[in-house]
Amino acid sequence: MLSYIIRRLIFLPIVLISLSLMIFSMMMLLTPVQRLAVYAPDPSFMKGGADFVAQQIEKYGLDDPFYLQYGRWIGNIFRGNLGWAESYSMPVSQALVELFPATAELGLLAMIPIVLGAIWLGTKAAVHHNDVFDHSIRVFTILGWSFPTYVFALIVLMVFYGWLNIFPAGRLSHWATMEVASESFRAYTGMNILDAILNGNGAILLDAIRHLVLPVITLAYVWWAGMVRIMRSSMLETLRQDYVTTARAKGLREKVVQNRHARRNALLPVITIAGLIVAQLMGGLVITETIFDYHGLGQFASRAAQNLDFPAILGFALYFAVILVAVNLVVDLMYAFLDPRVKIG
Amino acid sequence: MKIPRYLLKNPLALTGVVLLSAFVLIAFLAPVITTREAYQISPYQMPRSGFWQRPQPPSPEHPLGTTQSQYDIYYGMVWGTRTAFKIGLGVVLAGALIGVCIGSIAAFYGGMVDELLMRVADVFMSFPFLIAAMVLTTILGKGLSQMMIALITFGWMGYARLIRSEILHIKEMDYIQAARACGASDVRLLVRHILPNSLYPVLVQASMNTGSMVLAASALSFLGVGTEPGYADWGQLIALARNWIMGVSGNPFAYWYTLIYPGVAIFLFVLAWNLVGDALRDILDPRLRGAKRV
Repeated sequence: MLSYIIRRLIFLPIVLISLSLMIFSMMMLLTPVQRLAVYAPDPSFMKGGADFVAQQIEKYGLDDPFYLQYGRWIGNIFRGNLGWAESYSMPVSQALVELFPATAELGLLAMIPIVLGAIWLGTKAAVHHNDVFDHSIRVFTILGWSFPTYVFALIVLMVFYGWLNIFPAGRLSHWATMEVASESFRAYTGMNILDAILNGNGAILLDAIRHLVLPVITLAYVWWAGMVRIMRSSMLETLRQDYVTTARAKGLREKVVQNRHARRNALLPVITIAGLIVAQLMGGLVITETIFDYHGLGQFASRAAQNLDFPAILGFALYFAVILVAVNLVVDLMYAFLDPRVKIG
Repeated sequence: MKIPRYLLKNPLALTGVVLLSAFVLIAFLAPVITTREAYQISPYQMPRSGFWQRPQPPSPEHPLGTTQSQYDIYYGMVWGTRTAFKIGLGVVLAGALIGVCIGSIAAFYGGMVDELLMRVADVFMSFPFLIAAMVLTTILGKGLSQMMIALITFGWMGYARLIRSEILHIKEMDYIQAARACGASDVRLLVRHILPNSLYPVLVQASMNTGSMVLAASALSFLGVGTEPGYADWGQLIALARNWIMGVSGNPFAYWYTLIYPGVAIFLFVLAWNLVGDALRDILDPRLRGAKRV
């Protein structure tokens, strides 16, 4: 176990360097003037006129060979300078740190219905193999796979916000935003639900939940499809195992056989995929956050892309790569911990 | 005939084929079933009747209404079908070609070559597809071909891995050894003996991916980094509908036509490809043949 962790940690820098090389290569497709913005510490920097810009390109060596520029870029990042995000009027690094809790909150909350729903539906489908329930789940998952996230999101917004007005868009109501920003409310984590509980503030808690329902449903609906299919086939496979037959032969009740003997062992692939989904979920978050006007990293990325805000988009890509590597590490370790059959190291 | 009988026995597959044929027909007939205005430089540029922001409901002149900025929804939907085929087929063909080349080189030569190419694929895979494509499209600039390049750049790894594992399996088979013993060259072995036998999974994967690529492309257009404004593209039609989904007071669904028509088009297109891909897997994959299907 320990040697596995150490080996993973040794590989970590290699992965990070390859990812940063990939992002930097994309950046090198830009012209030197566009790249200069990535080094800008504040907005006045880019407004110095053509002579000044040419001077700065010289100064920052933006016409230098690839490896020199890469080294300088990485050095700058280690000093915490990711450039100025024009679309948010603040340094990129600051925006990324401030917006992270919101996205983490949404992503983690979405995982709960995705995993639980998939386990439940997948088990049902496998137990009722080939009957009406199974068929309807199959149709449901194919439909889910084919339905664009943003169309689904716009439709639920149309119905639940425009028509019924129960679940609003945004991250908090106006009054709640004011209260969260005020002195009396202590922001421990930046995640509204957690903070509201820690502060014992029921009104904020309710408001935060109301705003989270629609984005969570949207993210969950799209990912259910894949997860249900995996749980179903895993469960089908387990139900055919000898020990399940043995359990039945012992005279155990069918419910006990299904839930205690089969389902537990069928869970492993779902947990693996759940870990992988955390990363892919972020792609969906860009669209979901944009549509629901939820102030997080996803919305930051889409706004930066629309405004051709290169420092912001590259900073986001890099930050995101680091988070992903960390998440993957945690998931791998958890997996090894959960399944005694996985021998690592 | 095997295929017609298979289709009749599988209503889902039949639905897919019928839907797909309908889309092919619409794409082919696009110049016939729409009228091009004199001022349109390219037929892919949607005609607009005026410069108002507010969408207009269906009328004899605009059978499906007009969306924001008075673009004709019907015209955009019909020509958008061609755009969807261009994106889906173009991205998947190019991606599969690159993937097959890299994957077969990796598998055939093995050792360091394999290790290097697969680690490169890992790096490309470690980034979420949509975000990577979004970043690259932003850098390359708006436009259909830029968007397709971005989707191809981050879309070849799946094929490479698939063909690699397939070739590793086939490489060890007796008939390959026999061909080698007969003095066949590396290229001949790969092209004549190995690839034809390992391509089926790639074909299935490709047909399944066509729908997802169209979804991804329309998502990019929706986020505002895809096609140029006014280009006949379903994703863009939905992006134009975005400001109007709240309707007007008293009638929340006043502008439903701006969202529902293009939304249904994308949904059916992707559904068609998914169903056809599912059916292809059944027909082409001998290992699944005879296996119980739902």
